[in-house]
Amino acid sequence: MDEGRIIKVSGPLVIAEGMGNAKMYDVVRVSDERLIGEVIEMRGDRASIQVYEETAGLGPGEPVYTTGEALSVELAPGLIEAIYDGIQRPLDKIKDHVGDRIERGIELPGIDHERKWHFEPRVKPGDSVEPGDILGVVQETVVVEHRIMVPYGVRGTIKDIKKGEFTVVDVIATVDTADGARDVTMLTRWPVRRGRPYAEKLPPYAPLVTGQRIIDMFFPVAKGGAACVPGPFGSGKTVVQHQLARWADSDIIVYVGCGERGNEMTEVLMDFPELIDPRTGEPLMKRTTLVANTSDMPVAAREASVYTGITIAEYFRDMGYNVALMADSTSRWAEALREMSGRLEEMPGEEGYPAYLGSRIAGFYERAGRVKCLGTDEREGSLTVIGAVSPPGGDLSEPVSQATLRVAKVFWGLDATLAARRHFPAINWLISYSLYLERLEDQISKAIAADFGDLRKEAMQLLQEEAELEEIVRLVGVDALSVKDRLTLETAKSIREDFLHQNAYHEVDTYTSLTKQRLMLKAILDFHHSALNAVEAGVSFDATMELKVRDSIARMKYIPENEPERLNSVFDEMKAAFAGLTQAVGGEEVA
Amino acid sequence: MLKEYRTVSEVAGPLMVVEQVEGVKYGELVEIEVSKDEVRRGRVLEADGSKALVQLFEGSAGLNLASAKVRFLGRGIELGVSMDMLGRVFDGFGRPRDGGPQIIPEKKVDINGNPINPYARDYPSEFIQTGISAIDGLNTLVRGQKLPIFSGSGLPHAALAAQIARQARVLGTDEKFSVVFGAMGITFEEADYFISDFRRTGAIERAVLFVNLADDPAIERISTPRMALTAAEYLAFEKDMHVLVILTDITNYAEALREVSAARMEVPGRRGYPGYMYTDLASIYERAGRIKGRKGSITQIPILTMPEDDKTHPIVDLTGYITEGQIILARELHRKGIYPPIDVLPSLSRLKDKGIGEGKTREDHADTMNQLYAAYARGKDAKELAAILGEAALSEDDKNFSKFADEFETIYVNQDIEENRTIEETLDLGWELLTLLPVRELKRIREEYIEKYLPKTRPA
Repeated sequence: MDEGRIIKVSGPLVIAEGMGNAKMYDVVRVSDERLIGEVIEMRGDRASIQVYEETAGLGPGEPVYTTGEALSVELAPGLIEAIYDGIQRPLDKIKDHVGDRIERGIELPGIDHERKWHFEPRVKPGDSVEPGDILGVVQETVVVEHRIMVPYGVRGTIKDIKKGEFTVVDVIATVDTADGARDVTMLTRWPVRRGRPYAEKLPPYAPLVTGQRIIDMFFPVAKGGAACVPGPFGSGKTVVQHQLARWADSDIIVYVGCGERGNEMTEVLMDFPELIDPRTGEPLMKRTTLVANTSDMPVAAREASVYTGITIAEYFRDMGYNVALMADSTSRWAEALREMSGRLEEMPGEEGYPAYLGSRIAGFYERAGRVKCLGTDEREGSLTVIGAVSPPGGDLSEPVSQATLRVAKVFWGLDATLAARRHFPAINWLISYSLYLERLEDQISKAIAADFGDLRKEAMQLLQEEAELEEIVRLVGVDALSVKDRLTLETAKSIREDFLHQNAYHEVDTYTSLTKQRLMLKAILDFHHSALNAVEAGVSFDATMELKVRDSIARMKYIPENEPERLNSVFDEMKAAFAGLTQAVGGEEVA
Repeated sequence: MLKEYRTVSEVAGPLMVVEQVEGVKYGELVEIEVSKDEVRRGRVLEADGSKALVQLFEGSAGLNLASAKVRFLGRGIELGVSMDMLGRVFDGFGRPRDGGPQIIPEKKVDINGNPINPYARDYPSEFIQTGISAIDGLNTLVRGQKLPIFSGSGLPHAALAAQIARQARVLGTDEKFSVVFGAMGITFEEADYFISDFRRTGAIERAVLFVNLADDPAIERISTPRMALTAAEYLAFEKDMHVLVILTDITNYAEALREVSAARMEVPGRRGYPGYMYTDLASIYERAGRIKGRKGSITQIPILTMPEDDKTHPIVDLTGYITEGQIILARELHRKGIYPPIDVLPSLSRLKDKGIGEGKTREDHADTMNQLYAAYARGKDAKELAAILGEAALSEDDKNFSKFADEFETIYVNQDIEENRTIEETLDLGWELLTLLPVRELKRIREEYIEKYLPKTRPA
């Protein structure tokens, strides 16, 4: 191990000399406390090192040890239900070791090396295998079958394969390769800054169903897609992210809390073991991995945390799973980049951010995707990335938002005005977009009902018309509008309040299936059509507005998923109500 | 014996460079003997070879390069803590300023503290009754939360903070909060307002005050909140006390931060504030909270005066991203004579949901809260419309909502500075106001609660 000497300490940046043998992005150990750092710049034999722990008390003259290895994560059974810091140190074990606060210089492996897992082989001696092939499986939690893959670069025939209880560092198979016999353990390591390999990237086609009405109905994201949620503070970014982590129909969730509040991670840790996944009937925690670099934790590790998270996510994708990664908030990661860049005295780009900000952000989101995994069985996996962005003052013209919008295909724009009215999720339907809409429509229509797309289009059109009509109302008052326009306003209001508004803290309202979403929207639009017909048949506008069935439509969101008859009864009630109205004016029955 | 250096080569603003030093550590505390009887403090900002860059807390006035003697103390800035701190007033650097004796510390603690392991945190969920309807009913505070007051010059944020300190209690217990007060760059009068109020109500007995006034050294402000929080952590996590920390005014703190950053010629972020201001502010705010297995808690109420009432100003903006909500005071309400002038629409308590409801406050709390918000927002819209088109242009519903908005401000938000409403009183007041609206408009409330709580006739 080579040894250099510190010559300068400035916050999280340490400069050391005598580092001629180090490589860019090598991990180094700083001082005899062995603080973890990473080489981010080399000049001659001087290396600039970003240190992932507090540097107070370090000074010139202290040693720096190179490890010759890039910053890597450990991948093996034990990832699910874990909570890690930005460089994959398990926070639960840190608490056992040093108590309530995170001290520095703690060295703990990301994966428990002692714990035994039951390994069930899927190949037999004599089988020929290539990288990515599944050697066997471990039932990691009730819902996650952890597939042990042939490591990257190993190809040959199985010489020996075991079955039974093993730790992650025990040899479970031996492969005869061209270069001789290779022992394989369940544990592999992978450098976080390098995307894990796959056979082929494929365009996404299936929707990520989130149970959030505005998202699924109007701005859906595909499995393997990339979405961003920018919004000013208090607009509910974190609640949206938490809701997606809770209800998205993904096999695995990786949640990265990057420079955010400690209590938000605590909330996930507290809620997820209690909340039941509607698909599996098991607690949500059984499919979740958490990476937490809270805002009071060292800033350099913030930059690493998103890479740690996405590497873990890719690992599960490679097993053939649908994985979703939530990063909250990518702005804090960008700010960490800016801080290091400033200390390196690089020439700043916009707002002090480094000139390479855009390419770093693009590189991160591009690790999302649907892929054909390595391995002979040609299984498919997907990784969906959903990043929160925290633009200063809610101003989307700032560099991080702009760089993100260039690469993310779905934009959920959060709006402070909506949040102030407690319209949550505060996703503004007029500015948001999803580029997956057309691609996913076929799938959804086939799975749910043929009119799904038509309902969406009509509802969106009404919302657009409302925005225009409101301008007029503001100038001349609502009385100047035609009855048809007034009905449009009422229906749009109903779409907003009864459909788009969704309470994350209500036990039923928090999740809505696609089938129920369709029924809710259909009820609102059916009412619109019936009212229009009724008014044309001579019924007064006010009479239609006073119908009790409007309350029933408004309360559909609170009807549990397992009582479809109550949902359907709203339609009967509506028919009867309008029949009553038209009979009263002596007109024909309108449906 | 510590080595003494007389090698100060440069002083500029709050910074000083000392050369030919050995073994200097990043972040360590520095003593500068300016003259025989004056010693000032500083902190190492950068250790570069044999040069040390030192930040001077008490300014550089009167410092002579040749005669100044510098000692590096080999430790960070520490605060001596003990139970005797209660009832005492210290300066921004932790030295007594009330004329009383020095504290005999139980132990000395580094004021920077280590980050709390999120795994060790306990989620704040105990309702704090402040007796103020706009907070208890709509922006509920819970133990261990950090909830700032965004104010403006001339608004009664001091009165509001003092009222919260006076009235705050957790239902079903008689435990009182201890108060740790950190003042950064505020005027004597404002500090005196708090101190007199604490004296008048006897709260001073369970309060610790750290006061850096407007004419005290500006750079000292960087350590003041950390001193206050170190004291608070000692009381909360070692002495099992529930501590309310009031920090005022964060705007002055951020300006001190900017001063140091500018002197270092760092690349600025927005409006000249350093790019690391988010991280720096977080290292203060994140020290609020609860820890599993510990009885005590730290609840933080930082006060910020928004420059030009601008919510998008970097100090306010970054604070909002870190804290768990915000209480925003509005000049418009203040002009109407409403106290506290809390603008409830942009105000928010992120932790309210876990602190309210059955067993905490009352089952109907969440629903009525959402309904009151929505109705007030709609009422304000209606009023805006009426301002353009005249009252007559409003529909019957809009007239109701407009009336609701007015009464909401004068009856619900408005209360006396000494008035301490129970949560039941606050909730019932909300229901009373909802009688102004047609029942079919109460879409956010479950039917069974409407049945149970909505008064059948409107009380006079």
